Amino acid sequence: MEGNIFQVIWFIIWGLLWAMYFVLDGFDLGVGMLLPFVAKDERERKLAYTAIGPFWDANEVWLITAGGATFAAFPKTYAVMFSALYLPLMLILIALILRGVALEFRNKVESPFWRNVWDWVFFVGSFIPAFLLGVAFGNIFKGIPIDQNGIFQGSILSLFNVYGLLTGLLFVSFFLVHGAVWLSIRLPDKELKKKYANLAMKLWWVELVIAVIFLIATYFYTDLWNNYFKYVWLWIIPLLTVVSLLLIPVYLKKEEYWKAWFASAGTIFFATYFGIGGLYPRMFPSSIDPSYSLTIYNASSSLLTLEIMTIVVIIFVPIVLAYTFWVYKTFGQELSTGEEY
Amino acid sequence: MDAVLLSRLQFAMTSMFHFLFVPLTLGLSILTAIFEYLYIKTGDEDYKTAAKFWGKLFLINFALGVVTGITLEFQFGTNWRYYSEFMGDIFGSLLAIEATLAFFLESTFIAVWFFGWNKLSKGLHNLAMWLVALGSNISAYWILTANAWMQHPVGYKINEELGRAELTNFWAVITNSYAIHEVLHTLSAAYILAGFFVLGISAYHILRKTHVEFFKKSFRVAAVWTAVFTIFLIFHSHFQASDVAEKQPEKLAAMEAQWETQRGAPWLVFAIVDEANERNTLEILPIPKLLSLLSYHDPNAEVKGLKEWPRDERPPVAITFYSFRFMVFLGLWFLILSIWAYLKRNEPERHPLLLKLLLWTIPLPYIAIQFGWLVTEVGRQPWIVYRIMRVSEAASPVPVSFIWISFISLLVLYAILGIVDFYLLAKNAKLGPDAVK
Repeated sequence: MEGNIFQVIWFIIWGLLWAMYFVLDGFDLGVGMLLPFVAKDERERKLAYTAIGPFWDANEVWLITAGGATFAAFPKTYAVMFSALYLPLMLILIALILRGVALEFRNKVESPFWRNVWDWVFFVGSFIPAFLLGVAFGNIFKGIPIDQNGIFQGSILSLFNVYGLLTGLLFVSFFLVHGAVWLSIRLPDKELKKKYANLAMKLWWVELVIAVIFLIATYFYTDLWNNYFKYVWLWIIPLLTVVSLLLIPVYLKKEEYWKAWFASAGTIFFATYFGIGGLYPRMFPSSIDPSYSLTIYNASSSLLTLEIMTIVVIIFVPIVLAYTFWVYKTFGQELSTGEEY
Repeated sequence: MDAVLLSRLQFAMTSMFHFLFVPLTLGLSILTAIFEYLYIKTGDEDYKTAAKFWGKLFLINFALGVVTGITLEFQFGTNWRYYSEFMGDIFGSLLAIEATLAFFLESTFIAVWFFGWNKLSKGLHNLAMWLVALGSNISAYWILTANAWMQHPVGYKINEELGRAELTNFWAVITNSYAIHEVLHTLSAAYILAGFFVLGISAYHILRKTHVEFFKKSFRVAAVWTAVFTIFLIFHSHFQASDVAEKQPEKLAAMEAQWETQRGAPWLVFAIVDEANERNTLEILPIPKLLSLLSYHDPNAEVKGLKEWPRDERPPVAITFYSFRFMVFLGLWFLILSIWAYLKRNEPERHPLLLKLLLWTIPLPYIAIQFGWLVTEVGRQPWIVYRIMRVSEAASPVPVSFIWISFISLLVLYAILGIVDFYLLAKNAKLGPDAVK
């Protein structure tokens, strides 16, 4: 099949949907991972739940949309990727189900035991998607053992290699910082804010160390950097990632939490595009033979479908972004005591 | 058990479980929005409480609908890889459009509604629930259009070189008459389910004389609503069935256990199907010429029998036939009961028998809807895309052990969630308006 511009456009949109998912659900997952360990009393826990309550469900839709868009624009990638990564994906989905019901059911019954159970379910349901999505993307960056028919030839355990685990940890550290910063925006009282800002600061150092190791390891384990050596202008992406990352502590120190959150969001957003930019034009590289890789050219939909989907995106994604923005503006400010649900 | 059968079981289990929650979402969102609208219009605080009370039950149900929907979006890839490759060009875009147009809308505004009681003006707050209703109903349209394409593929060509179906006419796909029928049928069935849900819970409280005046108001609205959609559905079903007769004659033959091709075919009220010997052991009350009349609007029209098709192109007859019969009987029961409720809507407390029947009818629309899906999906077998691709060609090359793991895990998880959800619904329903004070 000959290449066309819509395949490139859809590759960029594909990256955008994943990036939006990581940026938006990232802080929900981060809060979920932090909650049982750092939120001490019931009031603080309830506040933490309320801090993400109005947002998590819509945030998760970005994942559904990323899945749907993969299906629509690159059906072969959708088919091969999700069947090759069958068990990890099922585990992620089950975890997300648990996360969702924990959020909905936890405060429906007044019993400390009931709540405690759901708090842990919430933790597991947040940690598994964060970590496994990282492991999955790490392996995609590295290449997946798929044969010429797109059939997975490795073992599931082989996905948990050094680079896969490192990417998993990277995702977890991204989301932990992101979640902690979000809580310092949303929680009331100077004291609580300070607590989570300090926590974010400590976690930021972890994030920084893992990010540096990741960037170096990427050079040795993958060929993502090749595109960056080939197209110099692409350096803007890693550059923006690093700048965003370095801005997080600056704003945290100034107690400008919204700005710190945007810096963290930028880190996640551009880091996602760092991976996407390195993959181009591949979507699901084969580690057995590069010619078995799925690319935007051999996996895409017909031109007509891509054109129709482009029109849908041009009309409706701005509408979605507009009301999403309105919701964050209306519900995203600092909570006041008594507002917890 | 092989990967195909196991994947089918998993898909059937996850989609049927998902569809325990979807219909109530579709209907109760609108009813909740109506109650809130009545509050704004009349200033009657009871309607505000009604919106909060039914809204709370809505939310408990909605949560499970959302989380069980996640697996469905990805299962086409995990378990039906070759299907996804073959027709993702058409089917995938419908799913993606559904997410973009509908899921964002409902998921965003349900939170706005829940968290916005003190933050928004009355009108804007009510609008949030109308948008939830709009989002979930739009979602039904897109996913049913996708399903209808598997039943009656239109607007495509087969690209031999790439071995896949490709879109040629998007308009034809989204105005597929099969889809329009499915949408009308599914939405009205969902509205009926939600109507009986409200009627049944209201009946429970009226019977026990708790919050009688409060629940009579809900009862009145739901009685009108349920009767309207039940009458509509019964009429519409006739046109839908004759559309199936035209587009999927072997499905119709299985729905009716019609083995032989026949002019002036009768409609069987019931029968015992003997699939192995290609006959019915017992036929109860055959109504002369009715099947021909219903299917083709001509009492002497020819109805094709199952024997016209080779065995490996016929759907399973017994499941399709029994499911269809039970659905029809339940539908007639809903017609009688909803008209009765409509007639007594102003003084339901004087009709304890009606109230008891309404209470016990709560689960029946759920059952009817599951039967309906069995007819639709089992009746399409052995095809995954009607007459284009077989189910057996579609499954992913995944080890059977993996599918066992996911199937058992999902089954256990869903069983637990189902129990917890039922417990929470029952607990809050019994509390009545006290649950939201």
